[in-house]
Amino acid sequence: MVTLNSKIPEGPLADKWNNHKASVRLVSPANKKKLDIIVVGAGAAGASAAASLAELGYNVKVFVYQDSSRRAHSIASQGGINATKNYKNDADSDYRLFYDMIKGGDFRAREANVYRLAEVSNNTIDQFVAQGVPFAREYSGYLANRSFGGVQVSRTFYAQGQTGQQCTLAAYQALMRQIKAGKAQMFSRRFLLDLIVINGKARGIIVRNLVSGEIERHSAHAVVFATGGFGTVYYLSTLAINSNGSASMAAYRKGAFMANPSMAQIHPTCIPVLNDYQSKLTLMSESLRNDGRVWVPKEKNEKRHPNDIPEEERDYYLERRYPAFGNLVPRDVASRAAKERCDAGYGVGDTGLSVYLDFRDAIRNQGKDVIADKYGNLFDLYTKVTGINPYIEPMRIYPASHYTMGGLWVDYNLMTSIPGLYAIGEANFSDHGANRLGASSLLQCAGDGYFILPVTIGNYLADDIRTPRISTDEPEFEKAEKEAKEKLNRLLSINGHQTVTSFHKRLGHIMWQYSGMRRNEKGLQKALQLVDELKEEFWKDVKVPGEMNELNQELEKAFRVADFFDLAHLIITDALHRKESCGAHFREEYQTEDGEPLRNDKDFMYVAAWEYTGENSPPKLNKEELSFKYVKVTKRSYK
Amino acid sequence: MNITLNIWRQIDSQDKGKFVEYKLDNVSSEMTFLEMLDSLNDKLIREGKDPIAYDSDCREGICGMCGLYINGRPNGPQKGVTTCQLSMSVFKDGEKIIVEPWRSKAFPVIKDLIVDRTAFDKLIQAGGFISVNTGAAPEANAIPIKKEKAERAFDAGICIGCGTCVATCKNASAMLFVSAKVSQFALLPQGQVEAKERVQKMIKAMDELGFGNCTNTGACEAECPKEISLSNIAHLNREFYKAKVK
Repeated sequence: MVTLNSKIPEGPLADKWNNHKASVRLVSPANKKKLDIIVVGAGAAGASAAASLAELGYNVKVFVYQDSSRRAHSIASQGGINATKNYKNDADSDYRLFYDMIKGGDFRAREANVYRLAEVSNNTIDQFVAQGVPFAREYSGYLANRSFGGVQVSRTFYAQGQTGQQCTLAAYQALMRQIKAGKAQMFSRRFLLDLIVINGKARGIIVRNLVSGEIERHSAHAVVFATGGFGTVYYLSTLAINSNGSASMAAYRKGAFMANPSMAQIHPTCIPVLNDYQSKLTLMSESLRNDGRVWVPKEKNEKRHPNDIPEEERDYYLERRYPAFGNLVPRDVASRAAKERCDAGYGVGDTGLSVYLDFRDAIRNQGKDVIADKYGNLFDLYTKVTGINPYIEPMRIYPASHYTMGGLWVDYNLMTSIPGLYAIGEANFSDHGANRLGASSLLQCAGDGYFILPVTIGNYLADDIRTPRISTDEPEFEKAEKEAKEKLNRLLSINGHQTVTSFHKRLGHIMWQYSGMRRNEKGLQKALQLVDELKEEFWKDVKVPGEMNELNQELEKAFRVADFFDLAHLIITDALHRKESCGAHFREEYQTEDGEPLRNDKDFMYVAAWEYTGENSPPKLNKEELSFKYVKVTKRSYK
Repeated sequence: MNITLNIWRQIDSQDKGKFVEYKLDNVSSEMTFLEMLDSLNDKLIREGKDPIAYDSDCREGICGMCGLYINGRPNGPQKGVTTCQLSMSVFKDGEKIIVEPWRSKAFPVIKDLIVDRTAFDKLIQAGGFISVNTGAAPEANAIPIKKEKAERAFDAGICIGCGTCVATCKNASAMLFVSAKVSQFALLPQGQVEAKERVQKMIKAMDELGFGNCTNTGACEAECPKEISLSNIAHLNREFYKAKVK
């Protein structure tokens, strides 16, 4: 087993980041001009990183699969972004945000990284405000805040239900400014096929130009993956339909460790599956649980309209089970509780797979205008999808695949186990443990991109100031390009009978059924077998029309789905090995009498970092032991 | 229901392109428009035919990647929706549906229904930002901003850059897109410093990129899936004249 060095700086928790900043090596402005950095993906994390690195003077090359980086799925983040400003005077502090995230992540995140994120949180709000993000304000003109799940203070900054859009566009605009200035270059409609490692260091990428179909080589002194999460492995999810895990898998195959891949967040408040044709699920922001009350009927097979069911016949099950946090329990808890009620036969709607989220009392107490002011655009979105008006009758919601806490293993510098390859934002694993708290994803993206990576990457590049521009004629580029072409040609040549999407759907069903909100040994074993069989079938019978040297969307999909099989295998392997329940990872064998997760700190208080050992050979487990010096490790309770 | 589709097919930017007719049976009214196209592609692939190329990503009306001309209207007949949010329930059994890409000089067709909208990125590059480097920001609450102003800035800032306004405009003008950004920043104190340069540079870029001029028809506002207000254009005009006289 490799000993993973997380490179956490010495000193007390609150001094680590300052000490680190004071001791990192610097690259002079004259030398930054000679250094190239590739950034793959440009959502909130990638765009903020690319813009900040370009401002520092590096040459930045940005790659996105969409036509513009403004489309990245950070744009769909709704509810808000956390910071410890303590504008509400409710005793908030860096420590409290740190503590909430450590506890929310069920003691499976790294203390030093999380504390640092809390420390940079205020800078991110300052930055976004200065960039023109129109956050919600009080009548006084000062910034407004609201609460999110799993916390008891009000620290979330928001722009109605489109906070992610506003923050992502701010970062996008900062990047556009650097492109105009000639410090950053945008390569849009490019898909990453492989990572180039030369003499043990990340030195470039192979991409496919999605318009011409050409394979391109790009080199750099360092590579940053800001490629987001892979919740689309479940097929239906709140993610963009083209979100994928291919960049992470390319890095994994080249030696980057994949950490806690089974830790996948199933978000409790999404518009339920309506039919078989559905291609994606729509999120309803967690912020709605500030005012909405979640309930199901007390009787099974209730046929009455929800508005006709009297108060005493409603089961507000979150308030009943978790009186201290009520409707604002964290996501994993709320999702499992919804599933429990539906599985027990109390679910509502045609399928019985949904619960009510009701604003009746909030509208009665605060008035329709106040509720419209807070959630108007979310209510409109709900009406557009379902045809139901939530001002008049309760929303119906159900959990859906949303976020992946797991991802590429990184050290304190956000560097993966491949020197020179960094992973930021959702693509890495470090800050959310086994469950992410609401409004901390945008924070992580912006914190990583604006304030952390620009410091830590310099420390690495200080060694490279004498390294000339990397040539793309190196044999490693040659080999990777050849292999990528072979893989694409192989997909095109199968010429079987089934479409790519039909395989993706079947994979999603397996993952949702056996590796979703509740997991057990038998089911996971079965899933492993089913995924491997499906992969074999895919490589024998998939039908990918068209050619390589043209715009070919089916070929793009096929490449992504081929990676999803391997990723699914890794997720299940991780879920099988972790014989405990923690956060979003709920193993039925390990639960308390009242159905709460039973953690096993003695045997599993570590990050599982999986190492690639070859195609069809089982991954190797490496462990980063976690130690908690600044919080008391307790049973995570919201009761 | 059963429908007949007349879809624009164009191999690449050089190809002349043409309409091709497709019949699709058993379409559910519960489908979204793009899910209907997904199912048509599924059928075409099974039949060994070339599937139709179209863009989409978030499929919840926020990324701005989709956008098709449907029966002569951008994003179809429903008001205030993107193409991905358009429901098949608005169509009738036996209906003939014509599907085209955005058509404007600044947005050349790449293939079938996919267009190149990098001109929008170039407009933002021309001045659609506030020039504050990372780390240079003052304390967020240092400048109070009237709630009503912040909300108006938000209403302008929610533009998704889909290109509907350009596609529907008889002049292919990008005035609504540009004015939303100019207006958002002109409303905020942070945006004041560069207000004059911003409006002038963005208008100049709009001309250079092949977008047409605004003649105040208002089609953009009527068709905008985010219902961005025409008042932003009035605001832009004020900013433009202000910049000229100063």
